[in-house]
Amino acid sequence: MSGSDRFFFWMGSSIRQLVVILATLLSLFPIYFMAVSAFKTKDEYIANKWGLPAAPILDNFATAFSGERFFIRFANSTILTVGSVLISLIIACLAAYAFARMEFPGKRALFNLLISLMVIPPVVLIVPLFVSMVQWKLVNTYQGVILIYTGLMLPFSTFLMTNFFRTIPREIIDAALIDGASNFGVFWRIMMPLSAPAVMTLVVVNALWVWNELLIALVFLQKDELKTLMVGIAAMRSRHYVDIPATMAGLLIATIPIVVLYMFGQRYFIRGLVSGAVK
Amino acid sequence: MRYKKYEPWLYLAPTLLALVLVFAYPVVRLVILSMQRRSKGEMIFVGLANYRSLFKDDVFLEAVGNNLYLLISVPIMVAVALILAIFLFERIKGWRFYQTTLFLPYLLPIVVVGLIFSYIFQLSGVLNEFLTLIGLERFALDWLGSTKLALPTVMFVVVWKEVGLGVVLFLARLMSVEEELFDAARIDGASWWEMQWYVTIPQLSTVIEFFTVISVITMLSWVFNYVYVMTAGGPGNSTMVTELYVYLQGFRYNQMNLAAATSVLILIVTIVLIFVQFRLREGEDGWEQI
Repeated sequence: MSGSDRFFFWMGSSIRQLVVILATLLSLFPIYFMAVSAFKTKDEYIANKWGLPAAPILDNFATAFSGERFFIRFANSTILTVGSVLISLIIACLAAYAFARMEFPGKRALFNLLISLMVIPPVVLIVPLFVSMVQWKLVNTYQGVILIYTGLMLPFSTFLMTNFFRTIPREIIDAALIDGASNFGVFWRIMMPLSAPAVMTLVVVNALWVWNELLIALVFLQKDELKTLMVGIAAMRSRHYVDIPATMAGLLIATIPIVVLYMFGQRYFIRGLVSGAVK
Repeated sequence: MRYKKYEPWLYLAPTLLALVLVFAYPVVRLVILSMQRRSKGEMIFVGLANYRSLFKDDVFLEAVGNNLYLLISVPIMVAVALILAIFLFERIKGWRFYQTTLFLPYLLPIVVVGLIFSYIFQLSGVLNEFLTLIGLERFALDWLGSTKLALPTVMFVVVWKEVGLGVVLFLARLMSVEEELFDAARIDGASWWEMQWYVTIPQLSTVIEFFTVISVITMLSWVFNYVYVMTAGGPGNSTMVTELYVYLQGFRYNQMNLAAATSVLILIVTIVLIFVQFRLREGEDGWEQI
């Protein structure tokens, strides 16, 4: 490499570095802004919006916890997330077993339909679902919302699990069958334990989706004691007295479970998303 | 593996039941609702009258226009994601860290992101303070409070949040490209641009197409949360979108039938887009893809 080549190479790589660093700062700034504001007094927030807090305080967290029925909302979100993620996981795995290991008429058509359902926006379903849920007396119940969430998560979940089940070598299954295992035994004792990574992916992706969901929670859980964390947060903005640092503290608490889940399951999460798009 | 003819259906039954309850039955009911109207406490069939009233409603038309406006951001998102993914793929120092942080916005709840940004973009918010500090007071505007700027501002937030998905998808695909392809191009003396144009982009074409379709669908029918939290459709109707229109008609103004008609239109557009996506991959059905 001649001197000028090296110079251009250096220029190119530092431009790349610069672009990526700027993008990263832009990605992180709102999160930083939320985190530092949560530790400021109202006066300090006004005087010093973007610096670190001079004297960090924890009062905002106390305010956030005490206001807006924070714990109930947190519990509601947790119940819905755990309930619908578990149910959809179990029934998606059962369906995926049939798709991956059995033949039946209409299999391909059904599978293609399932893939198409992944992109149906929930908004088109809320009006008729609401009418039905009123008749079935499931408005303002956990069961109703868990049913909707489960249904909406099934297409992706079944797709991902089918995909994974098909990679499990036939020999393992044949060996178990020769040893006298039933079909369900193969599913439960062979397929499921071997699918732990895919199950992890699914749990992380689906849990994030349910935790963050707003529209369905807003429409189907209108009673105050049933509202979810996201619905509670969305309502914070329209309040007359806006205590920004306390709001930020609330946002921070609502975000922490997600960041923890992400740190814990990052590679599963990325694998799950990529599996939908990349062969 | 031996099994009775009905056995697959036992495994499929719970899933099929849930899909019927959550997708099939509601869609049928939706279409029926969209052709009815309440009259003297009874539902009567009115044909396409609801659709006709929609197209006479300025708010609905404005909502459609705003959704279409948001499509401007799709090419921007694809380009930004592509550039970042290529730079990361070239293994700049700390690329793993950058990948993690660039993806972080995609995970955060839209509600949280929307609220944080609505404070950042306040008239007396941190952005305007910063602009004033560096001597650009002229650009310290009411980002979410003016009818001209609110929609582009919302669009910026959508891009900010969704672009990380593109980066991750593109990067994952690039990592599975055989190294020899790049080496061969390098040996043939390809410049950086030629390399991207003749190797990277063709290799990424299916993922780019996937991300483009997904982003179009996002802009047309997954922006409710952003708008609901940041602007509630305002000021005026400058950030009204079709989803918010459905929500307001159905659950605020008690016009379920108009909401249903709007939903049918959104559904049709989505189905057309899915169909396009399948057609683009002609010869490959979903089963072969996996």
